[in-house]
Amino acid sequence: MIPWLTLAIALPAIGAAVIWALPRVTPPAGASGAPASAAARAEAGSGTATATKVRPATGGAAQGDPALLAKRLALGFSVATLLLVAVMALNFDTSGAGGLQFEEVYPWIPYFGVHFAVGVDGIALVLILMSVVLVPLVVLAAWNEHADREDGGRGYFALVLALEAMMIGVFAATDVFLFYVFFEAMLIPVYFMIGRYGRGAERAKAAVKFLLYSLAGGLIMLVAVIGVYVIGGTFLWSELTAPGSALAAVDPATARWLFLGFFIAFAIKAPMWPVHTWLPSAAGSSSPGTAVLLVGVLDKVGTYGMLRFCLELFPAAVSWFVWPVVALSLVSIVYGAVLAIGQSDMMRLIAYTSVSHFGFITLGIFALTQQGQAGAALYMVNHGFATGALFLVVGFLIARRGSARIEDYGGVQKVAPKLAGVFLVAGLAGLALPGLAPFVSEFLVFVGVYAFNPVPAVIAAVGVVLAALYILWMYQRTMTGPTPEKLSALPDLSARETWAVAPLIALIIAFGVYPQPLLNVINPAVERTVEAEADTEVAVADGDAEGEEE
Amino acid sequence: MIPLNLADGAPPALHGVTEAPPTLDWWLLAPFLVLFGAGVLAVLFEAFWPKGSRRTLQIALAATALLVTFVLLVLQVEAVGDGTTVGNGVLAVDRTVLFFQGTITVLALVSLMLIAERRDGRDAFSAQAATVPGSEEERTHILAGSQHTEVYPLVLFAVLGMLMFPASNDFLVMFIALEVMSLPLYLLCGLARRRRLFSQEAAVKYFLLGAFSSAFFLFGIAMVYGYAGSVNFGVIRGAVESGGAEIFQGGNGEPLLLMGVGLVAIGLLFKVGAVPFHNWKPDVYQGAPTPITALMASCTLVAAFGALLRVFFVPFGTSAAIWEPMLWTVAILTMVVAAIVAVTQRDIKRLLAYSSVVHAGFILTAVVAGSVEGLAGAMFYLAAYGFTTLGAFAVVTLVRTRDGGQELGDLDKWAGLGRRSPGLALALSLFLLAFAGIPLTSGFIGKFAVFEAAVSAGATPLVVVGVLSSAVTAYFYVRIIVVMFFRDSEGEGPTVARAGVLTGGVITVGVAATLALGIFPGPVLDHLVPSGEPGQEPTAVMVDQVTEDPVDE
Repeated sequence: MIPWLTLAIALPAIGAAVIWALPRVTPPAGASGAPASAAARAEAGSGTATATKVRPATGGAAQGDPALLAKRLALGFSVATLLLVAVMALNFDTSGAGGLQFEEVYPWIPYFGVHFAVGVDGIALVLILMSVVLVPLVVLAAWNEHADREDGGRGYFALVLALEAMMIGVFAATDVFLFYVFFEAMLIPVYFMIGRYGRGAERAKAAVKFLLYSLAGGLIMLVAVIGVYVIGGTFLWSELTAPGSALAAVDPATARWLFLGFFIAFAIKAPMWPVHTWLPSAAGSSSPGTAVLLVGVLDKVGTYGMLRFCLELFPAAVSWFVWPVVALSLVSIVYGAVLAIGQSDMMRLIAYTSVSHFGFITLGIFALTQQGQAGAALYMVNHGFATGALFLVVGFLIARRGSARIEDYGGVQKVAPKLAGVFLVAGLAGLALPGLAPFVSEFLVFVGVYAFNPVPAVIAAVGVVLAALYILWMYQRTMTGPTPEKLSALPDLSARETWAVAPLIALIIAFGVYPQPLLNVINPAVERTVEAEADTEVAVADGDAEGEEE
Repeated sequence: MIPLNLADGAPPALHGVTEAPPTLDWWLLAPFLVLFGAGVLAVLFEAFWPKGSRRTLQIALAATALLVTFVLLVLQVEAVGDGTTVGNGVLAVDRTVLFFQGTITVLALVSLMLIAERRDGRDAFSAQAATVPGSEEERTHILAGSQHTEVYPLVLFAVLGMLMFPASNDFLVMFIALEVMSLPLYLLCGLARRRRLFSQEAAVKYFLLGAFSSAFFLFGIAMVYGYAGSVNFGVIRGAVESGGAEIFQGGNGEPLLLMGVGLVAIGLLFKVGAVPFHNWKPDVYQGAPTPITALMASCTLVAAFGALLRVFFVPFGTSAAIWEPMLWTVAILTMVVAAIVAVTQRDIKRLLAYSSVVHAGFILTAVVAGSVEGLAGAMFYLAAYGFTTLGAFAVVTLVRTRDGGQELGDLDKWAGLGRRSPGLALALSLFLLAFAGIPLTSGFIGKFAVFEAAVSAGATPLVVVGVLSSAVTAYFYVRIIVVMFFRDSEGEGPTVARAGVLTGGVITVGVAATLALGIFPGPVLDHLVPSGEPGQEPTAVMVDQVTEDPVDE
């Protein structure tokens, strides 16, 4: 038996440590003046502001350049992790009852009954897969982004790998304490990625805002985590959710408080209106690569947590929260979309669209129907790919022009048709065009929500209309129309950039046409969640009925 | 002690007046005697040893004494079993006490490294403390390279008091321990080499306020004595259970107990720096020489909390209904007020002082829990916090101004430190994240331990206040990181003194302990701190009674 998940967590962690431990050699100033190799010339041909600082990619000079070595190591480790997880996924048994697979349990802090316990069900697996797909692409896209820093961006790549280890850990953890540890610890690399390697003068402020919001949520969750332990007597998810556990027997009022403790943390993470305000500033001040991981993966921890912890640990409390959460989701959908329309900065615009999209995800989760939750789980993955692609393309634009403001662009499709094409596909995926992956998930969410109650489904449909508006209007203003003088020499996608986005576009199209493999993995897990919920409701109803009979 | 003996029955059997000399277990007293002997010897050296090699000798003596003390304490762990008392029942020796004493000794040893550190042939202490600041005489001493090696005997005496403080099983001994611990500290605070007036002001403030609090403490002891008829913890506990000494016929003595508990609590809460008795902390921490601040922030805090836990759990353990509302209030005030005031601080040492106050509030939640879990949580927290705070102050000693080279407290001027010396800035960031309670640092495990105990004991509202103030404290910890890493220095920025072997050692120990206790806290939690059933009385692991009468009748 291979400890798949431990390996998957350890591999990027080791990578981060290796990059961190590289000797700190600052290359002599003249090093970049060496004859450029073919690869470097391709970069230089892109004419970007940073391209002049690109160091030779091959030859003896590369040996002495720790930044380049760091990038290669980062790419190597992230691809290795991707392969490892892919092989693990092939061994995943989709015919099972939706329980945990690849389980590993080792005692960690026996005094508190804490275990290093990992395991995945279908939902966790697809989210881990999404994360490990995105990381190498982010590394590739950010290749030259930090070249003008004194460490050549080496620290950034170490942070990315450290974050990857924690992202896998947070989705795989089946011990509530371990989950909390990853949940909180992953804030630190992101904090440095925004504050130190971010964009603009406001980045320190945005990093602090992000950290404080998340910490506040996390600390509230800490009380709930302690409460779960004191009541349930264990941290192991499998024991807590087992029938007849002490946690299942807790009185409804306490269960509601615990639910709320977890939910606030997850809502901040997700981000849900009204605790979303950190996201636009954080994403707006992030480098595009950071934004991909922040919005594409980190925020999913919030919605994943709702599904895994709020719903499954406190089934008795869920029915009480359904309508408030549905209402908040609807506000998020409409509010995020409306604010997205008004944005002049593309990074912030995409961040607001995500607020809207996360509204769909929470709506699907709390509709408590099979389609709704399957759609929500699928939505998380598809949103990661679609938004990831959008952020990356905006990142390419920023690398060329040094700005994310919409008004600085126009007519790009004439000079850079490939870039514009990728932008269009990613954007259309964002508005859930049929044939592209997000459509399937959005459709499933609508079906599930309609079965739950038609009214929220109708209101949510407004979000779809607005999505078409904000995406197409952004495309129209940046890519079509006359090309301004300054942009006439805008280069098209380089080979590296193409490799960074092509996999995402391919995945968006592939899963748009044939989503079945993902659904096969997700469905058993969703069925388990929904059934557990239904059982509890029956039990609660029975209990009420008995109480009335007495 | 002389018990009240007004009732016509037989006097209480315990600790009757005896003319025979008490049988003393010298082996169990050895740690105190070693430190005391070393302190006395150090005073003699100070007087008679030639100047040239005096400093080296003093350091060697202090380090050896602390090491020997530590070894003796470790050797006692197995020997004491369930615990016993020594010296006619005035000092308790059990595993809890030994944990506190061992922690204090190790932290003192690490602080000693900071105290002994010299830069350009000068340490952090004034050349001749008796001279008037700015006077000609002072200049003469500085030019002559005078050294103030009295620091070492003073530290030894202070540590002796700290070891006795949490071990006391008798209020008078506890008071003596308090004074033995405090008087050297008052002096040490006034010995800074730079900004001497500031340092002396801190010393005077600390002394005056400390003297007041000692008076409260002593007055409280008198009240408790009036109530219980004894100053022995075991007897007091029995008296509280039975409604006071026999004179009260099991009834109307409660006002005395109330006053006693309140006044004793003031003395102890002053020492741990809980709101509203915290005002000395920022001034003293800022004014004192930083190595001494480090000693106070780690060792003194551990000793004071050890004593506080003992007093509330052993003699007053059965009157929890009296003190719990008081400690609830104090804990909430401490966490909230200190966290909010800390946000406005601009000086690193003041900020760390307020941070220490907030941490005292967190530990108080474990005291409120009143269980073995709470005791264990507080013990772990104190040990973890001690190492982290030592590391943080060690970093503070290294960051200096460009002109004159004194320590640079002003946080706004720390901009760009992350670029200039990334290692140092990273170490400090780790300490700050540990203070903020981020997972994978010792601070998180400590916080979890105390909060878990409090929730188990039903003090959930207290924990909610705790996490909310935690979120506030995170703001100012994070702000320091922002200044160091994300902001570029205006002008030249601070210089960073090259870390000597000793300071570097302290920082390394701090980093190692912070990470080790955060990632693998298992060994400490399983073997060193007590574990008990949920809600079990702390006296299960703390000696309260004289198990066997040491007096030969």
